[in-house]
Amino acid sequence: MRNVNRRTKTLLLIGMICVILLGIAASGLVMNPESYAPDYAAKKLPPSAAHWFGTDYLGRDMFCRTIKGLSTSILLGTLAAGVSAVIALVFGILSATVGGVIDKMISYLVDLFMGIPHLVLLMLISFALGKGLKGVIIGIALTHWPNLTRVIRAEVLQIKNMQYVKAAERFGRTKVQIACEHIIPHVIPQFIVGLILLFPHAILHEAGVTFLGFGLGVDTPAIGIILSEALKHISTGMWWLVFFPGMLLVMVVMLFDKLGDDIKLLIDPMSAQE
Amino acid sequence: MLIEAKDICFSYRKNRSILEHVDFTMDAGERVALVGPSGCGKSTLAQILAGYLKPESGTILFEGKPLPRKGYCPVQLIYQHPEKAVNPRWKLSRTLTEGWEPQEELLKWMGIEKEWLSRYPAELSGGELQRFCIARAMSPKTRCVIADEMTAMLDVITQAQIWDVMLKMAERRKLGLLVVTHRMELAERICTRVVRFEELVEENPANVL
Repeated sequence: MRNVNRRTKTLLLIGMICVILLGIAASGLVMNPESYAPDYAAKKLPPSAAHWFGTDYLGRDMFCRTIKGLSTSILLGTLAAGVSAVIALVFGILSATVGGVIDKMISYLVDLFMGIPHLVLLMLISFALGKGLKGVIIGIALTHWPNLTRVIRAEVLQIKNMQYVKAAERFGRTKVQIACEHIIPHVIPQFIVGLILLFPHAILHEAGVTFLGFGLGVDTPAIGIILSEALKHISTGMWWLVFFPGMLLVMVVMLFDKLGDDIKLLIDPMSAQE
Repeated sequence: MLIEAKDICFSYRKNRSILEHVDFTMDAGERVALVGPSGCGKSTLAQILAGYLKPESGTILFEGKPLPRKGYCPVQLIYQHPEKAVNPRWKLSRTLTEGWEPQEELLKWMGIEKEWLSRYPAELSGGELQRFCIARAMSPKTRCVIADEMTAMLDVITQAQIWDVMLKMAERRKLGLLVVTHRMELAERICTRVVRFEELVEENPANVL
């Protein structure tokens, strides 16, 4: 293993993380609803070979419910983080290139959204849209763009004043051409890393808002629902209802975080060759 | 007149003006040197003349008309730091053809080797990059070249080579050439007229009063 450098190791790690996350998402999608249906003959069982994560007070298999819930979280996170990141890209580029009133308005919106705690805003939006999947997705998509917008705006402002961009203008390139040829390729790496680092936020907020009862419906297998239900039973000694789903949630979030950090290391020219 | 700048004022910060009522003219085929100490505003004037900066007041006329703000600019600026004037993410073949398609003959003549085209800017030296910067600005539509300390950071041999090419080019195309430098010897060696920046500022009656 001595001749494996950090770059290769990082690439391998990224591959493994992707496989795990995609595996969870896909297995949740193809999972038979029967596998987490209530089975009153097998209520409140502690973890065993048949039920890895035990069963709850309705006899539902917690392993299947957890995987299904995580799968929903990952897919929902992908959608919401994707929308959020695209909003950030458009706002960031508009703000930096058009400037003037548009820049002021966007900066004001960023400050406004960053001034309100995420979760509070998320609850408000989700509640106003009638909760459920729609409310959560729109809520997350609308609250996660400000940070990335600021990063992209700063990047674009910097690149816009580079000599080669000004020279391109003098060579008769139009604003749109310059944006497509010089500016966007420069911010794409930031965009990708920002997008991936949005996932853990989106997933945690989805779980959080659902846990508080402003998110997904009670019948959907979601991590937030599982945790809030389990909380009622923890005093009766059913520790496995909280422990395993919670641990898997933290694992998935940390995997996404690691994925983002590793990709950042590889893309950033300052550290790419280390 | 090829370039006629009248009553140019400019300041980077409010109440701290760099240029006050500066006039400047130059003819086609003329090689003018603009000399002056560091930080006096030479580069600022060069950037204004090439349309990189907008003066606070005053007009710049190119062949009697205002300098075009859109489309190919007939006045091209060659910058002091070639590594900042090319996109580090582009191969040089792409950088070279951004404004026009230079012919192979020109590239050979400018001492640009074919292998360089498929490289990234980080893989070439400053002198090599500067040749690319000159070549890409040499479209037939270019009527005037402003060289802002073009060779200040290059070694002596490369400097000589680059000026040799530049002078031949100006001769052949009947270009106007404005050489911004702080080195008097260079100015006297290559230019037909030397303008001291201080004179440029003092000449204006508005400043004498």
